[in-house]
Amino acid sequence: MSLKVLRAGILSTLQDRGRYGFQRYGMPVGGVMDEHSHRLANLLVGNAEDEATLEFTLAGPRLEFTQTALIAICGGDFAATIGGREVPAARPVLTRAGSVLDLAVCRLGCRAYLAVAGGFDVPVVMGSRSTYLPANLGGFHGRALRRGDELTVQRAPAHLYPALHRALQTAEGFVCPKWSVHANAALLAHDHHRIRFIQGRHFALFSEASRTQFISAEFRIAANSDRMGYRLEGPALSLTEPGEVLPEAVTFGSIQVPPDGKPIVLMANRQTTGGYPLIGEVASVDLPLLAQLPPGDTLRFEPVTLEQSEQLYLQREREMALMREGLRERAKQ
Amino acid sequence: MTEPFIREYRLSPLGDRALVIELGSDASEETALKVRSVTERLLAQPLPGVLDVVPAVCTLALHYDPLRIAAADDAGSAYAALAREVTARLQSMDGIELAQPATFEIPVCYGGEYGEDLEALARTHGLTVEEVIERHSAPLYRVQMLGFAPGFAYLAGLDPKLATPRRSNPRMRVPAGSVAIGGELTGIYPLELPGGWHLIGRSPLRMFDAFAQPPARLSMGDRVRFVPVSMGEYARLAETQK
Repeated sequence: MSLKVLRAGILSTLQDRGRYGFQRYGMPVGGVMDEHSHRLANLLVGNAEDEATLEFTLAGPRLEFTQTALIAICGGDFAATIGGREVPAARPVLTRAGSVLDLAVCRLGCRAYLAVAGGFDVPVVMGSRSTYLPANLGGFHGRALRRGDELTVQRAPAHLYPALHRALQTAEGFVCPKWSVHANAALLAHDHHRIRFIQGRHFALFSEASRTQFISAEFRIAANSDRMGYRLEGPALSLTEPGEVLPEAVTFGSIQVPPDGKPIVLMANRQTTGGYPLIGEVASVDLPLLAQLPPGDTLRFEPVTLEQSEQLYLQREREMALMREGLRERAKQ
Repeated sequence: MTEPFIREYRLSPLGDRALVIELGSDASEETALKVRSVTERLLAQPLPGVLDVVPAVCTLALHYDPLRIAAADDAGSAYAALAREVTARLQSMDGIELAQPATFEIPVCYGGEYGEDLEALARTHGLTVEEVIERHSAPLYRVQMLGFAPGFAYLAGLDPKLATPRRSNPRMRVPAGSVAIGGELTGIYPLELPGGWHLIGRSPLRMFDAFAQPPARLSMGDRVRFVPVSMGEYARLAETQK
């Protein structure tokens, strides 16, 4: 089975949950921006959660399936259609050989994930299938998709959703169930985004005024934000005593403040280390939401303790475990 | 009882999935030795749930999966449980036998199209181009840490006369292999990257190879000496790297 790329979209790359174990060599983790949507999409088609999905950004690709395929789309809303008919998100979709999936311009959110049952057949490089563009490694030949590419899909191990297969025999185009899992799109409907954070290692070095502003002010995501970092526009933050910090490790969600005072939230393609003071780190549970905010959107930071942040994370993981079990049962029907 | 090897340290969270061990507050070789020792120990005897160990100048970070730590300890947070494990490890460390650092000779073709900033940098410091080359290829540098990009090593030990603040307008593309000076450090760009350091030459050696083990040519603590080569020698060596 394969997917033919009829239109590539702005930035469509294969990503998984990232490349761990090599950060001490300076190799960034990379991987998906919105891990929650990526995992849901994989689970919906019976894949392991670390199977690669196709991440597409702002304007999506147009793809032709050479054979019958079980797929799922999660994340931002790209007005997906097959043969002009809307393809609902966040549920399994069984589509016919020869059908063309069109992912248009993003209407809500910023990026979405396409999982195909069986997973994309690309080599594992340094323990991951993620595309890392700066070094041209991983994913599909180390690069973003281009028109004319053909992506091979591995054979799906099990025959899932037998009812959908029966329904497809008499249906046009594609079939899908009426149910869906709740996805990020629901969170994005709000106007005011609240991003929770934990105090960073250099929080106390910031002036009292800056610490207050960081929590009270509204920040806007700048146009030059990307997979590496989200640049924020708002009040300039400053240290009590101007100075430098020695370079040290950073993480997904580290909020660093360069000398110009404008915070940068480090995202999936962040470097392994940074040399700017860290005012905070975004709570892990809020990273998928942040990853869906497009340039121009605004957000506010809300402080939480490490213990609260960890509890939220563990709670999210418990929900994910229930989802995994529930979907395994659904797939038998 | 002998004095513990690691006497002073501070643990702090880096978000809800990483822990930082601070072993000093300076860029001295003594602090670096401690960082290396603890890193080596934690790689040789990994702590459960730790995904990455990332040493830097005076700290190392442990990236962990809270699920795999919380499961082992229901009381308190995963961070607290990991911090206890780390504390026990640090306190049990007696002076570690570190392998002798490896020494690498890195060929560099200085100046010309390979080192666009060499002449300007020489002028800034009131030196001739030859003097800059001589001063840059004299020291035995120490790999302070890896970071910034895959395989990028921060090299300490630059002649103070060559220290140059970073360019105010960084280049969008610095060619792979570029040998450059940034502040009091020098380094070799492993890939084509944006960068604000001053380019003085280029090395034909590959500094990063995703399929090699380890993928980076240099690691923390290694020693490096630059060896000036001609353009002809550069071309010959570049052929061997393909």
